[in-house]
Amino acid sequence: MTARTPASGGAPIIDADGIGRTFTRSEGPLFRRRRRTVTAVRDVSFQVTAGEIVGYLGPNGAGKSTTMKMLTGILSPSAGRLRVTGLEPSRQRTRLAARMGVVFGQRTTLWWDLPLRDSLALTRHMYRVPARDHARRLAELTELLELGPFLATPVRQLSLGQRMRGDLTAALLHDPALLVLDEPTIGLDVVSKSTIREFLLRLNAERGTTILLTTHDLGDVERLCRRVIVIDHGSLAFDGDLAALRDGAPSPRTLVVDLAAPSEPIEVPGARTVRVRGTRQWLELDGNPAAVIADVSHHYAIADLTLNEPDIEDVVARLYRREGAARELSAG
Amino acid sequence: MRVYLTAFGCAVRRYSTYRAATFAGVVTNSVFGLINAMVLLALFEARPQINGYDATDAVTQVFVAQAVIGPIAIFGPPLDLSERIRTGEVAVDLLRPVHPVLWWLATDLGRAAFSTVFRSVPTFAVGMAAFELALPADPLRWVAVAAAFALAVLVGFALRYLYALAGFWLMDTRGVHAVVFLLAPFCAGHLLPLTLFPEALAGVLRVLPWASLVQVPAEILLGKDSLPGGSTLGGLCFQAAWAAALLALGAVLTARATRRVVVQGG
Amino acid sequence: MAERTSPGPAAGGRAAWEPAVLDRRPRSVTAYPRLAWAWTRALAQYPVSLAMLTFAQACTTAVELLAVVIVFGHAGRLGGFTLDEAMLFYGLTGTAFSTAHLLIGTVDRLGEHIRRGSLDTVLIRPVSPLVQIATEEFSPRRLGRTVPSAAALGYALSVLDIAWTPERVLMVPLLIGCGALICGSLWVTAASVQFLLTDARELVSSVTNGGWALTEYPLAIYGRDVVRAVTYLVPLAFVSWQPALYILDRPDPLGMPDWLRYASPAVAAAAVAVAALVWRTGLRHYRSTGS
Repeated sequence: MTARTPASGGAPIIDADGIGRTFTRSEGPLFRRRRRTVTAVRDVSFQVTAGEIVGYLGPNGAGKSTTMKMLTGILSPSAGRLRVTGLEPSRQRTRLAARMGVVFGQRTTLWWDLPLRDSLALTRHMYRVPARDHARRLAELTELLELGPFLATPVRQLSLGQRMRGDLTAALLHDPALLVLDEPTIGLDVVSKSTIREFLLRLNAERGTTILLTTHDLGDVERLCRRVIVIDHGSLAFDGDLAALRDGAPSPRTLVVDLAAPSEPIEVPGARTVRVRGTRQWLELDGNPAAVIADVSHHYAIADLTLNEPDIEDVVARLYRREGAARELSAG
Repeated sequence: MRVYLTAFGCAVRRYSTYRAATFAGVVTNSVFGLINAMVLLALFEARPQINGYDATDAVTQVFVAQAVIGPIAIFGPPLDLSERIRTGEVAVDLLRPVHPVLWWLATDLGRAAFSTVFRSVPTFAVGMAAFELALPADPLRWVAVAAAFALAVLVGFALRYLYALAGFWLMDTRGVHAVVFLLAPFCAGHLLPLTLFPEALAGVLRVLPWASLVQVPAEILLGKDSLPGGSTLGGLCFQAAWAAALLALGAVLTARATRRVVVQGG
Repeated sequence: MAERTSPGPAAGGRAAWEPAVLDRRPRSVTAYPRLAWAWTRALAQYPVSLAMLTFAQACTTAVELLAVVIVFGHAGRLGGFTLDEAMLFYGLTGTAFSTAHLLIGTVDRLGEHIRRGSLDTVLIRPVSPLVQIATEEFSPRRLGRTVPSAAALGYALSVLDIAWTPERVLMVPLLIGCGALICGSLWVTAASVQFLLTDARELVSSVTNGGWALTEYPLAIYGRDVVRAVTYLVPLAFVSWQPALYILDRPDPLGMPDWLRYASPAVAAAAVAVAALVWRTGLRHYRSTGS
């Protein structure tokens, strides 16, 4: 038996074609209300192939949640064509629910007063997982997510990290082909975050589960996502490799040089020294790193050299700020 | 004093944002008023006089009862205090340099004031439009009615404060609230005027605090001599005595609960 | 981690991501009892509250019953009916409404779910949102109203002089079932208003609990216009009034046609259809407005 293979013919597991969503809002005092049309998502197109991990990024209010709601069938798109696992989410919501796992980081789908184990058993009945499969998968997930110590604890007494692991388990018991995560690591401590990231990587590698996640935590992105989609003001700002996002971004790379002895700021073509502290100097690179490194090592006595990639956080922040121009960077 | 006025003002503003809920409340209170009034009209058609009440008196009491539902919260909801005790947030409240009873009273009076204007008045107006009600001509009586109404609000608060305080000794007060919010309308003369009850039962219910909520204010409006002491003044004294006793009990129990929280750390 | 065992599309013409589901019964049917049981267990963690809530429900019935007894005690007869006959109206209404209340009553919390955003978590599961919301906090405490109501009905049926023909024996349970369906439909229809007005829960109560209170008495006391309205507009007359006339074999005191008492099944079917339509429309509205 093989892990889940991409569907034959390469049919994408998510296929969004020009989807858009507008809302009508009434505003103002009771008798002088005005209707205003707000566009939350405008003409967004992207495809996700089975087996990918895709980060869906954007600042607050950019349209991330609206997109997630459309993908899960909670909200119907007002424009465009959307298919998820081949289904139209808002019309075939129930069928889609059986193929998809969803976790909202800010909201639990577990039953507050029930022990975690009972909540999971209930989920099994809703998704109609055969008892034997349920037992096997629960055992696996219990081991991987270390649920053992709190399976018998009522959900209301769980810590945030424990609850999130419980929610992830509930979303995965029916072995969905697609896992949609909305802010899965929000509010978690470093250890919990790391447990969840490693788990998701393993799930993707071993089960072939496709993962789409929104997050504000760029640590999630760096660790998990080969591909990112950036949405800003409701429109697609970038869709491509994390590496392409870095390369295309105007953020310079930095060369950190440790000299044998303190010296004046280094002066070589294609680089600008931005900071000096003792024997350590920071250079922003404009030109070819190889040439700069060769120049520096030729003219100075060097103890150590490090080339820093631009910080992803920095890159995305710049992208948000220049949403118009950023669209040109699109690698898609 | 300033702080209590602010709490009062905040409560008024808070409740004024629940527009649809207020409207829904008026509709519901009016619908039940119409149903209860029709039942009593049918009854008084069969027997025009029962224990000194006639059809108009009975229908008037029905609409008094429906109109005061909002301000005295006879069917609930519980004070927010109850939820704060359950979650333990009450510890923060007890640390504030204000008296808890007065603080919660100020908040509840704000709610009651909003409710009086936007729920009581429209509901009573529906009753006046649909039926002939017995309304006094004497302006002094109206003053007494206003006082009786204010005292009913006080007693209503004091009772709900005590129900909520039970949370310090019980883990969960949902059950307590379910029982009291059910028995209160019966004991208060809300469900049916106490006048219609068998003598022995009515005799007991008339001395309990809940009678201050509906039966006494209604009889003050109607000018009945079945009031405590046989007079309007007697009725007002009865309400005032209960209000004082229940608020005092509330203060004593709050002090005890505070010691409990301080000693046990919640 | 074990590998996925479901075959790819080539194996069975089934999409790779279609889960293996053997049970083809509607999910809502199988999920209802499971969810109801889970909620019962959840509430059972607070046994004192559960006991008091059950007691409170039983008290509601007792108190209302006492009111009926007091009113009939003073009047002797109301609308041409005696106290024992009044028990029949009370019992029929109580049984129908409390059954609906038990099975579907919490649907009136819809507005709260919408405001809190928890309707979204309900919508991502493959079970009807109506079933999920109706079973929320399901607890046997609500039998506290069904049991005394059924007892009142049993009392009335045993003391009244009823001609128990085979037809009547069969019709009584059918009429009660139809009554419960009508009440349940009314609950769902009224609750759907909250798709538009999320904090209008009390408005739902004026229809459901209002209807309950109204039909506890023989409708004749409200006069012709009210009876017409609750026959042709909101079909409350089929909860207790028409069934009781049938059981007692009385002509309609307001001169409405006698065949109406046989219309219950058709009315119940229509009520269910309307409720389903309104609920679905509401849900579609929610999905298209994202309120």
